Amino acid sequence: MITPMRVTMAAVALGFTVAAQAQTIAITGGKVYPVSGPPIENATVLIVDGRIAAVGRNVTIPAGAQRVEAAGKWVTPGFINASTTLGVAEITLSAGQVDNSATGQRAVAASFRVWEGFNPAAAFLPSARKLGVTTVGVLPGRGLIQGQAAAIDLLDGSLSDMLVRGPIAMTADLSNANNIDGARAEAIAHLRELLRDARTYNARRVQYDANQSRALVASRADLDALVPVVQGTLPLWIIADRASDIEAALALAREFAPMRIGILSGAEAWMVADKLAAARVPVFVGAMNNIPGSFNTLNARQENAGLLRARNANVVLIGNGAGDAGGFNVGNLRYDAGNAVAYGMTWDDALRAVTLSPAEAMGIADRAGSLTVGKVGNVVVWSGDPFEFATTAEHVFVRGRESARPTREDELTERYKTQPPKYGKPPV
Amino acid sequence: MSKPSYNGALTTVHYDLHIHTLMRHRAIPFLALLLAGRVAAQATTPTTPTPGPGALSAPNADPFPSTYVPYPSRPTVIRNVTIMTAAGPTIPNGAILMQGGRITAVGATVAAPADAVIIDGAGKYVTPGIIDVHSHLGVYAAPGVPAASDGNEATSPVTAHVWAEHSVWPQDPQFPRNLAGGVTTIQVLPGSANLIGGRSAVLKVVPSRSVQGMKFPGARYGLKMACGENPKRVYASRGPSTRMGNVAGYRAAWIGAEAYRRRWDAWLAGDRKTDPPSRDLNNETLAEVLRGNIFVQNHCYRADEMMQMIDIAKEFGYAIRSFHHGVEAYKIADVLARENISGSLWADWGAFKMEALDAVRANIPIVHAAGGRAVVHSDDPSGSQRLNQEAAKAMAAGRAAGIVVTEEDAIRWLTINAAWTIGLEDRIGSLVPGKNADVVLWSGNPFSVYSRAEKVWVDGALLFDRHDTTNRWRTDFELGYVARPGGTE
Repeated sequence: MITPMRVTMAAVALGFTVAAQAQTIAITGGKVYPVSGPPIENATVLIVDGRIAAVGRNVTIPAGAQRVEAAGKWVTPGFINASTTLGVAEITLSAGQVDNSATGQRAVAASFRVWEGFNPAAAFLPSARKLGVTTVGVLPGRGLIQGQAAAIDLLDGSLSDMLVRGPIAMTADLSNANNIDGARAEAIAHLRELLRDARTYNARRVQYDANQSRALVASRADLDALVPVVQGTLPLWIIADRASDIEAALALAREFAPMRIGILSGAEAWMVADKLAAARVPVFVGAMNNIPGSFNTLNARQENAGLLRARNANVVLIGNGAGDAGGFNVGNLRYDAGNAVAYGMTWDDALRAVTLSPAEAMGIADRAGSLTVGKVGNVVVWSGDPFEFATTAEHVFVRGRESARPTREDELTERYKTQPPKYGKPPV
Repeated sequence: MSKPSYNGALTTVHYDLHIHTLMRHRAIPFLALLLAGRVAAQATTPTTPTPGPGALSAPNADPFPSTYVPYPSRPTVIRNVTIMTAAGPTIPNGAILMQGGRITAVGATVAAPADAVIIDGAGKYVTPGIIDVHSHLGVYAAPGVPAASDGNEATSPVTAHVWAEHSVWPQDPQFPRNLAGGVTTIQVLPGSANLIGGRSAVLKVVPSRSVQGMKFPGARYGLKMACGENPKRVYASRGPSTRMGNVAGYRAAWIGAEAYRRRWDAWLAGDRKTDPPSRDLNNETLAEVLRGNIFVQNHCYRADEMMQMIDIAKEFGYAIRSFHHGVEAYKIADVLARENISGSLWADWGAFKMEALDAVRANIPIVHAAGGRAVVHSDDPSGSQRLNQEAAKAMAAGRAAGIVVTEEDAIRWLTINAAWTIGLEDRIGSLVPGKNADVVLWSGNPFSVYSRAEKVWVDGALLFDRHDTTNRWRTDFELGYVARPGGTE
């Protein structure tokens, strides 16, 4: 039975589908931070058919363009949070929707493509977008080899619409080594054996398929998935916190050259900053971790990101503030950037570390991460400094479209503005 | 300590106020001052060889008394500074005087004693010391190994007999980090595994060899209670395994406690010539709640469950002082204001479990706007270091939702409202003459992401100075494990 209320809601749904049609948008008069170049005062960003068509002071605005007045506003690329579980894990402590952790075999789940379980209807995607994040890395999360990560644009649509690239990386965990194997060095040996067997498998596929191979340590599907890792075309992002674990990861990368790695979490990365810089390894760190919460993170400090940059290491900022940093609070990434600045990173470096640097690390810099002609129209208009709490993201464009889908929390807030609330209208 | 009264509910708490002699010092290195102060304190502590009063279930008994003595302080003036008092309008370009561990003057100008340390606060801000009413420092110490997991006595759903202070490890390296975030007082609670988890401890964030040396003199105990998912998950196999089982469990506990209280109060009020009733530590704590001497600090997420907890409190005649976490507090903001229950809340935690699913970022400002007491709490050693940032997020979310929130409001969420929640609103939580000199000097507006606590005073003693890395408090644990601070600040 269709109640009047349901009819109304259906009409609203149709309304924002129409509003989401791509068009020409001119964001005018703002202070524009392209990231790929210096900031430009009083500039225009022109988005045509979902792509950035022009950035600068003297931009001709086509007739019929939708104008967004941005005088006094700050305009940046959409922020990119490279480490989230959006769409694959929600309400995790109550086992609501938990699809980010594969069981695998002997802690190896290389063939696990986490985005294949991605839920575009997940309730907290709009919350992240509303706070200025337009693209996320969706990461798997259990075992020695955890699986393959993807880059997702936070637009309203299906997985195929939203998927930017998958895989962007394979992830592994050395921070938890002695829970997975018996000891640190055993986990490293385990990883080495997997990578060697992936090489062997790749070199001897014919023999393998003809049953003329010695036994290999992982399943065919997992070995298959590891081939691009040992070939150096898919990076292996390794969770490591203790300085010596980071050095072990760097040693493994040298041993398996041309394999490329990234360091995820990196609590003590500042202690090996020179080595990370020399190896040109992206280091994914938050800015609010200063607690020796485990024996792997004894020297965690808030200056981590700034010290790494001062040594010319490649820093990607991820969220690690309190709360559900990978889900409900994905949009808090900008506060990590602000805290990084408070503890020594330059403001420009911090902006790059939440835009272009993650795009590069994720292999999507050809289309995201800066306001550059030809890239997709992932653009945010901020009321002020995007790292400040008082600032709001006034307009968020994902591929040139501004969503009208309300967040769940906005609807709840609105409902309880009157107390007791009105839960609906009785049918007339 | 004056003689307690035993007539049931709502007796006044008996503050064991320590009156401290004013200590004046010349310029002595900070660490030397610390050591001197502690040695003096130890030397004056009397020994008591006489038998203790352990047989009696006496109200306001204090078997683990505070030995806290303020660290040495010097008269200090901060002038030319913006002062958020939490008691009135912000004072631009103001001055504050601390003397003898107390705030003695606040205003546009203050008369500085000749021997006062003068600090120029140009461009900086002063606030009261921040109070975190929901901390697990010391009971869930870092590193978080099983040997340091001392916060949940998850062996029975009702454990009012356990006291958080007996789990506190004073060498938890999280303490100095908390102080560096401008936090000067914390309420350390047991965890939320149990329906009734035990007594809280109110501590000053100061170095000490013992938890007694951190205990806030005269502070009341709190009682941790917990609703919802956690107890029913922990006790799923033996019960309670449902929310209705939870409620039956609270009620059964209070029925037993009320009988115990009557028995004891009758004996205490009589001639005391008969043998006293036997002591029961669980009921002793619960009876103190019924007498009004211990505040209930109730972990509860959902609005409907909070409404039920209010009814249970009325059934047994106790008051709930604060709902903690309360992610649905905004749904019953009017009720919380009417019932005079504070909401100790997060700015933006949500969605990590079913009972947190309806979190909204405007929760705190909505509770505030309804006339209730909103408190920003942490439940987290990282969030606790940045409660000013949490308040800033909540203030912004309120404004985005069309709620008028001022910085004067938001500072109260971190200070005086928190002080009320733990019953210390007469002693800390605002910058008014006569109150303890728990003071923070911020590098800028505390609601900016770029500001940091620069100096922190506890009872007038400068215990954190960001620019002085050589005398920085380092816990025993950190020695040899954690690199010395410095070099980049």
